[in-house]
Amino acid sequence: MNDRYALFLGCTIPARGRNYEMSARQVARRLDVEFVDIAEFCCCGFPVKSTFQKTALVLAGRNLALAEQRGLDICALCSACASSLAESAHQLNHNEELRNEINMELANFGLNYNGKTNVYHFTRILYEFVGLDKIKASITRELNGFRFAAHYGCHYLKPSEYFGRFDSPERPRSLDALIEATGAEAVQYQDKLQCCGGSVLAVDENLAFQMAGDKLSRLKQEGVDALISICPFCTVMYDDNQKKIESVIEKELGIPVLYLTQLFGLAMGLGGKELGLQMNKVKTRTLLERIESGEAIRSG
Amino acid sequence: MSRKPDFKYILSQIHGAENLLNCYACGTCTAGCPVRALDERYNPRKIIRMVILGRTEILAGDEIWLCTSCYTCQERCPQDVKITDLIVALRNLAVAEGHLPPGIAMQSKFVAEFGRLYELSDFDNKKREKLGLPVLQISFKEVAQVFPEHSKSKDKETEK
Repeated sequence: MNDRYALFLGCTIPARGRNYEMSARQVARRLDVEFVDIAEFCCCGFPVKSTFQKTALVLAGRNLALAEQRGLDICALCSACASSLAESAHQLNHNEELRNEINMELANFGLNYNGKTNVYHFTRILYEFVGLDKIKASITRELNGFRFAAHYGCHYLKPSEYFGRFDSPERPRSLDALIEATGAEAVQYQDKLQCCGGSVLAVDENLAFQMAGDKLSRLKQEGVDALISICPFCTVMYDDNQKKIESVIEKELGIPVLYLTQLFGLAMGLGGKELGLQMNKVKTRTLLERIESGEAIRSG
Repeated sequence: MSRKPDFKYILSQIHGAENLLNCYACGTCTAGCPVRALDERYNPRKIIRMVILGRTEILAGDEIWLCTSCYTCQERCPQDVKITDLIVALRNLAVAEGHLPPGIAMQSKFVAEFGRLYELSDFDNKKREKLGLPVLQISFKEVAQVFPEHSKSKDKETEK
């Protein structure tokens, strides 16, 4: 098991997801996962793929090469970054001709990629490499009695051919199992695998909000304590845009959206501030008070 | 209506669209599509049919830009057509012909200019330092060089 990774933040986390970054670093530290920061990392390439897929591959190759220089694999917090970098690594690591072509472009950055970097989503590292036993042992505040809904999103597991199919893309379990490791219930609900719609936000805002609104409405009916996200892009949809979604679908929602790493941090006894909970858009104060008052333990 | 019989062969040369001709039109893609469930304009099965029939007007339309790249269709296709990747290939062709929604053009422009989708400033780095987070590189002059020439000259927008 490799427990040292180059931490890949991508575009959205430094701009709109510092709460994810802060909580991920806290959780990693407590689980002996070491993050190495590479300040020179740029965009993963995903936002450019639709316009110029070769350019997207060059940007991905640039990041893969920077990690390779340091002899590290990449840990991505954003699912779109994980998917884009894993797909690019798959292409470049197994196709020398393509790699040579991309290396011509990487010369612009004074870089060369030899096809050695692997890419993992942090959630996969937690589930597959750190393991549920170690996570359970780190938990000091069991969340018994709380009900959380897993949002897998799309790019954490798909395209599955680039992720070694460590979990089923059709009937995934990993995120539910991680939520259950805190003692909480992972709520099973219809349309659990539904896409957040974030990728069409720039093309058709109304359609994107309808997609996100469908899932949030379902969760409102289910009465969950929070939606658990592992992607900053999905969080922008469900948390940052929840007010706008409420006006589009004409329904009051008020569903807190936590990053899995924030949930873990709370279960490890960390305070809301260390986990950036004050940066979450839908207020989490009531939930935090309930957790801190020990309601979880009493009801469990 | 324009017909270009070799459209499918041109497209299948592009990365992601190689298995296009495997399609036997079962409709599994459309049946599971979360966009289709909400918006009738988007129909991946129909898009593939149009490509095979050489109907190049698909490049100028809105449809190909409505895919959320959720990969549901691609995972389920019994014929191993990489449908999500095929849509990317179609978008790349559309862009080369000057058709792209302004919002998408903007994304590429930002990445070329700032190296990221969002511009980060010294102020952002100061905020990061205050939170105990490491400082990030905020200027990527070389990134613009790996964008194709025709993307730099002007912001291309669709006529709509």
